[in-house]
Amino acid sequence: MNAGTELSGTGVAVRDAGPGDTVAGAEPRWVASPASTEEVAVVLRAAARRGLAVVPAGGRTKIGWGGPPERCDLLLDTRRLDQVLEHEAGDLVVRVQAGLPVRDLGEALAASGQELALDVPPGPATVGGVLATGAAGPRRLRYGTGRDLLIGITVVLADGTVARAGGRVVKNVAGYDLGKLFTGSLGTLGVITEATFRLRPLPSSRAYVTATAPEAGRLDAVGAVAGSPLEPSAVEIDVPDPGGPATVTVLIEGVAAGERAEAAGDLLGAVVPPSATPPAWWGSPPDGGYLLELRVPPASAGHAIGVVAEAAGPLAVHVRGSAACAVLWLGLDAAAPAGAVGAFVSRVRAALGTRGGRLVVWDTPATGPLDRWGPVGAAALMRRVKERFDPEDRMAPGRTPGAGKAG
Amino acid sequence: MTATASPLPDLTARLLRLLGPGSVITDPVRLRTYECDGLTYHRATPAVVVLPETAEQVAAVVRECDAAGTPFVARGAGTGLSGGAVPRTDGVLIVMSRMRRILQIDIPNRRAVVEPGVTNLAITEAAAPHGYYYAPDPSSRQVCSIGGNVAENSGGAHCLKYGFTVNHVLAVELVTPQGEIVTLDADDPGYDLLGAFIGSEGTLGIATKITVRLSRAPETVTTLLAAFPGVESGGTAVSAIIAAGIVPAAIEMMDALAIEAAEAAVRCGYPAGAGAVLIVELDGPAAEVAAQFTRVRELCLSSGAFETRTADDPAEREAIWKGRRSAFAAVGRISPAYLVQDGVVPRTALPQVLAGIEELSARFGVRVANVFHAGDGNLHPLVLFDDTEDGAGERAEQVSAEILALCVAYGGSITGEHGIGVDKAKHMTAMFGPDDLDTMQLLRCAFDPRGLSNPGKVFPTPRLCGEAPGVRKGVHPLVASGEAELF
Repeated sequence: MNAGTELSGTGVAVRDAGPGDTVAGAEPRWVASPASTEEVAVVLRAAARRGLAVVPAGGRTKIGWGGPPERCDLLLDTRRLDQVLEHEAGDLVVRVQAGLPVRDLGEALAASGQELALDVPPGPATVGGVLATGAAGPRRLRYGTGRDLLIGITVVLADGTVARAGGRVVKNVAGYDLGKLFTGSLGTLGVITEATFRLRPLPSSRAYVTATAPEAGRLDAVGAVAGSPLEPSAVEIDVPDPGGPATVTVLIEGVAAGERAEAAGDLLGAVVPPSATPPAWWGSPPDGGYLLELRVPPASAGHAIGVVAEAAGPLAVHVRGSAACAVLWLGLDAAAPAGAVGAFVSRVRAALGTRGGRLVVWDTPATGPLDRWGPVGAAALMRRVKERFDPEDRMAPGRTPGAGKAG
Repeated sequence: MTATASPLPDLTARLLRLLGPGSVITDPVRLRTYECDGLTYHRATPAVVVLPETAEQVAAVVRECDAAGTPFVARGAGTGLSGGAVPRTDGVLIVMSRMRRILQIDIPNRRAVVEPGVTNLAITEAAAPHGYYYAPDPSSRQVCSIGGNVAENSGGAHCLKYGFTVNHVLAVELVTPQGEIVTLDADDPGYDLLGAFIGSEGTLGIATKITVRLSRAPETVTTLLAAFPGVESGGTAVSAIIAAGIVPAAIEMMDALAIEAAEAAVRCGYPAGAGAVLIVELDGPAAEVAAQFTRVRELCLSSGAFETRTADDPAEREAIWKGRRSAFAAVGRISPAYLVQDGVVPRTALPQVLAGIEELSARFGVRVANVFHAGDGNLHPLVLFDDTEDGAGERAEQVSAEILALCVAYGGSITGEHGIGVDKAKHMTAMFGPDDLDTMQLLRCAFDPRGLSNPGKVFPTPRLCGEAPGVRKGVHPLVASGEAELF
């Protein structure tokens, strides 16, 4: 019996992989589509028996993120894990399967006047994928990211072990928080199959106020708004050219949103009245074949954009993201020469590393040699965690810092 | 202070050379100072106590322990209520109280960098002149240390809106159980080891420097006290407030017995005849708070509140909070002894669980005072007993355990904020199966392959790193060799 026959013999839907299933240049041989935690466990046990390398995938909106898999025999597609398992509105808690698209969850919760305060770009991003990539959008400023909203998790490890941690109460410190551990794990520790989140009531109103600063370096107003008692939910910035003007948009939520947004507008020097809708670019990463994420201490956002402008030279870099948290996307054109991008990355790291800056290369158009992560203080510990959870290095090998040989 | 008094003479001699006699305690009388934390019925005298002043000293001590195969336990202010800092009689207790410098208050970046021995309240006090504060506020915040808060992922009355320690820590420098100094930073890509470390109760290493997020002081804070005939109507009000889409900064409830205790202790002057009081605190932009306050008051009245009071200034607010904050200590006025439990239930199950507690109280003839964080379902039943009466302590223990079982039966947790420690390790199996616990052990083993960092806490059964996860049969090798004990 070959591995394919064994996978098919599990009773879980398995098909041959096609060109659309490629993961960052790695072509799997099979695609399994389990519909329950138990089915995921069955598939992973079969993969373990056959020594297959497994890469989990959800809505595939960030399939290119992270280091390219060193091996990929089986793509584990979680999209049939798409059920809302439990929603107790009075508890402001929801338990879902990990393959559920975040937008579908949003629609289901809105019917009860609630939401998961986790913004994701438009597209079919799944709950599990968002957790595994650690992605978050504008409202991270107020509500935190997926790890802050996650209160319980079910995962399946490389050997098929099903493990749960946390629970379905908001306040809970029993045992290790495996949910945190799996946040940002990019499939390298196992497969997230269920997640339980704390919810928020939908705000009664939202108001966005926008201002344009003549240059990104002069972002004092961002700090003024973030440090004001107006409780902004998000302060976002869009800078198509880091040497040019910057657009800043502040989101205020709540009963008196309009009034507070006007006060925020005064701080920003905005002349346009608040709007009930966000600007078109809100919450989406900039276009481009290269997607980088730059983080610096919040007060350094303006300085960091200046550094980016200087380091970019002739490269076109589009900066966008959470100004008040100083988590910024950098979009570079797919046609940019890989060597020039590599040099840009090195220059930015050199200039900002000593000031607490981190630059991560999430997505690239090609799989060239590029230091995706830069220095990670805990890389050795991460490697030790990876070795314990996946001693055979079969789960998405090489995708995270500390996991595998790839940078 | 004689090194010969220690059962670990070689190690003690090395520690003395490393730190000097002023930072190593071996005198049996002085060692007894450290025999327990806030949960006084688990006691063990440490073999030796060290008081390091720098991360490098902590690392050096840990490396010595690692070399000697000696277990070590870190201790902050010792205010924990689950026995998380109970020492090992065969081990080193590393007391962090001398590392208590506030290294930086960085207002432009809305953060502070502190050593682990700094008290929770000291951070807020340092930030307050700038209009900022540190949000997580355990009731013991005047004395508990931030390092202990990190170890326990501490919460407090304001968790409902602002979350826990883990939501407010940006980076931790720690000494791993093998003696390396590593920084876990929220901005690092890869596994969220920072999140996993926070709340690991000292089993993954010792925090030596902590960067916390500072929050802007809200524009307005309004506190409402509402008196109800009983906990049922108070509970109805809590559900109504949440259903109305309002997330208060805090919603606290006290039942009649807890009120009686608080009145006896601090004369808080709560409305006479109240079977329950609810404290609801709203904070945020003035316009927001004003609108919510009107609604909350209406909902309390329509749920059966017979009196409401409002506090807008700090002095009035303190008067309202005084009774609540003093409640644990206050039961000492109405009972010779008590156990404090820390269960959590889904908010919607509060009425059933409170009724269940009342039923247990009647069945066992044991009084239970309820003080709790109603907004997030975190119960703190105080189980009262007379420790001079034969069998009373056992009955109280039994009621306490039954309350936890009740919490778990309703989908809750055995601890909301006090931790598992040594006290609740035996209850972990009520919430987690062998595979869940084995998976947690994989993390433990990655950090602490020899199991030397605070062993015997959190997990019910010791396991060896490298063992295949699974159900253990027969006597554990660590138990057989006398290096560990089973509960």
